[in-house]
Amino acid sequence: MKIAVCIKQVPTREWQPRLTEDKKWIREQDISYEMNEPDAYALEEALRLREKHSGEVVVCSAGPARVQQVIREALARGADRALHVEDAALGGADAFAAAAALADPMAEERFDLVLTGLQSDDQGHAQFGPILATRLGIPHSTIIMEVIADAGSVRVKRELEGGWFQYLSMPLPALLTIQSGINQLRYATLKGIMAAKKKEIKKVAPASAVASRQRIVALYPPEKAKQTVMIPGSAAEAAKELVRRLREEARVL
Amino acid sequence: MILVVAEQREGKLNRASWEAVAAGQQLLREADIAVLKIVVLGRAVSALANELAAASSAGVIAVENQSLGTYTPDAFVQALRQIVTTESPQFVVFPHTYQTRDFVPALAAAMDRAVVTDAIAIRNVNGAPAFARPMFQGKLTADVVPEGPTPHLVTFQIGAFRADAVARGASPAPITAAEATIDASAVRQKPEEPFQEVRQAVDLSQAERIVAVGRGIKSQDNLPLAEALAKALGAELAASRPICDNGWLPMERQIGSSGQTVAPKLYVALGISGAIQHLVGMKGARTIVAINKDAEAPIFEVADYGIQGDLFEIAPAIAAELQKG
Ligand SMILES: Cc1cc2nc3c(=O)[nH]c(=O)nc-3n(C[C@H](O)[C@H](O)[C@H](O)COP(=O)(O)OP(=O)(O)OC[C@H]3O[C@@H](n4cnc5c(N)ncnc54)[C@H](O)[C@@H]3O)c2cc1C
Ligand SMILES: Nc1ncnc2c1ncn2[C@@H]1O[C@H](COP(=O)(O)O)[C@@H](O)[C@H]1O
Repeated sequence: MKIAVCIKQVPTREWQPRLTEDKKWIREQDISYEMNEPDAYALEEALRLREKHSGEVVVCSAGPARVQQVIREALARGADRALHVEDAALGGADAFAAAAALADPMAEERFDLVLTGLQSDDQGHAQFGPILATRLGIPHSTIIMEVIADAGSVRVKRELEGGWFQYLSMPLPALLTIQSGINQLRYATLKGIMAAKKKEIKKVAPASAVASRQRIVALYPPEKAKQTVMIPGSAAEAAKELVRRLREEARVL
Repeated sequence: MILVVAEQREGKLNRASWEAVAAGQQLLREADIAVLKIVVLGRAVSALANELAAASSAGVIAVENQSLGTYTPDAFVQALRQIVTTESPQFVVFPHTYQTRDFVPALAAAMDRAVVTDAIAIRNVNGAPAFARPMFQGKLTADVVPEGPTPHLVTFQIGAFRADAVARGASPAPITAAEATIDASAVRQKPEEPFQEVRQAVDLSQAERIVAVGRGIKSQDNLPLAEALAKALGAELAASRPICDNGWLPMERQIGSSGQTVAPKLYVALGISGAIQHLVGMKGARTIVAINKDAEAPIFEVADYGIQGDLFEIAPAIAAELQKG
């Protein structure tokens, strides 16, 4: 089984946003990056499917040169090789542009199964998977919590709202967007990290100019819904004041 | 023209459909567009079309087809593509649900049009509408303008618009039936019946007080610290999704869009950032306390009381204070 895993590099969770002068994007020089969390689960699922059905796992990522960091990490975790569509303009590209950049080189590979994360932790479009599937002309399903592959078809468990689920089947090739928590993650071993150095990363340029379908006209911290009483002081002082307010003001204790 | 796509399941309208109608009506004013229509799709939707006709609109379009009885992305893309092409709207508006997450980007790609997801507000930028949407896990909000030829597709976050803000018409809007030809052999997904995992042993929706832990707790070994605080408060223990994903607490204790929705008297969030999927499950709590080392964490936007600091110091201090009685 030939499996693709689409991986996006995103700012770390600890990152504190700082804006560019024009307040339309983030100051990239301040950022440290990591693998988008659901993509790590997609990768793990691909590795497990390979263990069961044999075949290969190919990491696919669209982004500037810096995304090699997460590509290497995925190779260290056990992916066989990588496809990197490289362009500086892909750094802030939306899901539409990223899918457009990856569609042609991925189509050439004729994957049996394409796995993506359900949503990126940076832009959070939740669009890339279904857009790529449409471009590849293959069926898709989203927010997947279990993958059972068979010769020629796949049966998946899809998460619905509020604790409901549903199984569905579709023919291969297919694309699935993977939800966090589908499996338990394994991390890279030293052996994996050494082996990754020898693995192939194929770099290609996008076939056409990177063009996003949405333009950001302003970027700002969110508006507060409530007046929050921030309680200052040492841990003991703050605790005392909080308990007093919960008893006397909010009356919830 | 604006086309609002209502969502239904088994003959019942999703409440978020009304929120989408309210968003569509506001967009009508902001974008200075004359006509709004609502479309509803399914096997038998005439009762739903009657319900939707109460909203002020130029008409409700009922699309009935056997292949739309059980939702599949392929059938919905086929049907809506035809309706959207015929109606030729400038905007197509949807609620941001698990269902629209599944097919709206595919519809946009099939039509080669822009789609903005998870919008929370409509802004006016030099006379043209822009859509506010969260980015970077809610740390920032972006105003975005969809580009390229219309129609532009927009999905609105649940709870961002109020269902009771829908303007009603003086008389019911006219209902028309529209045909969609669906090639059933081209519908590749074969869905089975939805189900719930084994009945939940803990019903957190009945809890008066809840202490919820997030990834700030760092490891499973630190959970007793949260348990001690919960005990001191007479509260149930709950968690954000990553805690349950890691298997540190059972799934049935997860709060949020894919877990339980709760409205206790007191909700204490320990080391939870406040992503929207978590907030939808707890923002109905009467009093919310957030403890987080990051003063900018979005959880503080919904909190009544906040303490910025290290939960490993603050949680034990609160437990100790309560024990003093
Ligand atoms: C379709 C979908 C459905 C989802 N459903 C759910 C759901 O039902 N429920 C849910 O919760 N999430 C859900 N999520 C995930 C959600 O988007 C967030 O990723 C998740 O809620 C983040 O959990 P967290 O706040 O615990 O972790 P993080 O976002 O990593 O936040 C950890 C917080 O802890 C703080 N912190 C760290 N150390 C300390 C310390 N020592 N003291 C104090 N504070 C500290 C940090 O400042 C940070 O704010 C869903 C996502 C999607 C896409
Ligand atoms: N530039 C990219 N390169 C590779 N995969 C991507 C890229 N952008 C998005 N993805 C994939 O698409 C998923 C959803 O992204 P999004 O539509 O931005 O929420 C992510 O979890 C990734 O798996």
